[in-house]
Amino acid sequence: MSKLSRRQLVRTAVKTAIATAAGASALAVAASLAERYGLIPPDSGGVYGPGETLTYATQRLLTSHALAREFSPHQISKSPFANGVGPLGDAFHRSQQAGFSDWQLTVDGLVTRPGSFSLAEIRSLPASTQITHLACEEGWSYIAQWTGTPLFHLLRHVGTLPQARYIVYRSIQPRWWESIDMADALHPQTLLTYNMNAGDLPVKFGGPLRMRVPRQLAYKSLKYITRLTVTDNLKSFGKGLGSSEPESGYSWYAGI
Amino acid sequence: MAVSTLAPPSASVTAHASRHSTFVRITHWITALCFLALLITGVEILLSHPRFYWGESGNVLDAPLFKLPLPASRASVPTGYRYVLADQNGWSRSLHFEAAWASVFTGLLYVAYGLLTGHFRRNLLPSRDEVFLPDLRSVTVRLPSYNLLQRLTYLSVIFLLFPAVIWTGLAMSPAIASASPSLVTVLGGQQSARTLHFFVSVLLVLFVIVHIAMVTRAGFQNRMREMITGAPATGKDQA
Repeated sequence: MSKLSRRQLVRTAVKTAIATAAGASALAVAASLAERYGLIPPDSGGVYGPGETLTYATQRLLTSHALAREFSPHQISKSPFANGVGPLGDAFHRSQQAGFSDWQLTVDGLVTRPGSFSLAEIRSLPASTQITHLACEEGWSYIAQWTGTPLFHLLRHVGTLPQARYIVYRSIQPRWWESIDMADALHPQTLLTYNMNAGDLPVKFGGPLRMRVPRQLAYKSLKYITRLTVTDNLKSFGKGLGSSEPESGYSWYAGI
Repeated sequence: MAVSTLAPPSASVTAHASRHSTFVRITHWITALCFLALLITGVEILLSHPRFYWGESGNVLDAPLFKLPLPASRASVPTGYRYVLADQNGWSRSLHFEAAWASVFTGLLYVAYGLLTGHFRRNLLPSRDEVFLPDLRSVTVRLPSYNLLQRLTYLSVIFLLFPAVIWTGLAMSPAIASASPSLVTVLGGQQSARTLHFFVSVLLVLFVIVHIAMVTRAGFQNRMREMITGAPATGKDQA
């Protein structure tokens, strides 16, 4: 090693201090701007927080209004894979025996007209059909045709308040709940899905009602949804990480 | 062994010159650390579905392009093994992306440095003589230069394999695919992108294996000292 004189050392220390201070202030400004424009995900704490935040912020800035790719009918998978689900519970089976005629989707939170909607009421709202890719975080995927009510129609129907920032949605299986930001909630391809490949949505694929969020991995497309809550803050839900997935180590934002 | 006459050491090299600049040393080790994290987590992610497909979509009910003879961390994958590994996918995915971000930033800084300081031109771009009169036997070119094969390898890793692994990785993202569909369709689909991501990663692993083997042959201690402290070789263990 070459000899560093005392003066050089002091100079280096001063330079380092200035650079550190400049870096820290730049980071603080960036963080406050990011918070203001909704670029910080609810699971931004911890060791992986910086990576989660960079991915979410970048994709929100670059892809907010992009449409998921749609495919032609001949590209629909001959053999879609449903993946396993845990026990569905007595309430589900009772409703299944009644042909899901008593299935209710409850909407509450920051809305002017909270209420519960039957499948028939949801089907009476404007429908949309898409042929999109469903990709599991494990690496496999399939393409299917999905029909449902764009979520924004229902949100308009109940009147979301201006401070709404997230939609929390829950499965009839208490273990599973998810949330999306308003960019995805108001996105035209985010569907309350009740049909798949031109038939009723089969139970193993999430019937009678599944959220489809085609611009994110399949775990955001929650099966068997029974409740939507409009909120401005995710801290009071579960451990405050935004959904059940981050509680077992998965990312809240899954646009990857 | 003779120093190649085709690539003489530049006049500026003195006995005290560092082989690698501080910037190159720091970015080298950050990249090495990121690569290790990406490799371990990549294998973990792969274990949840060690099957590959070609085209847009594929799952266990479709015929795979090929499958790896590995157990899986998911019971739904028919592997032939009678056990299922523990699910490590959550933290693996988070660390994979965090390391990817760190290596992309490091890579961008490195490329900017390489272009601005002439590092690429001086140390990695083959000279005209080397390209037109290649002497592949001169594998013992010494400091501060690399021989033709080394130069071409480093250039391919930096400007072909790294961009390819980033591209194929991004093409698997449903959000990125929404914003830039051609990123995916050019590769043949999202499952094709996944398969290509695997192959580019294999090439990168092969590069690292050869790289470490050559460092070991050339004198592990000296080469490590050069890359860590910048101190020139002591000449004790030149191979």
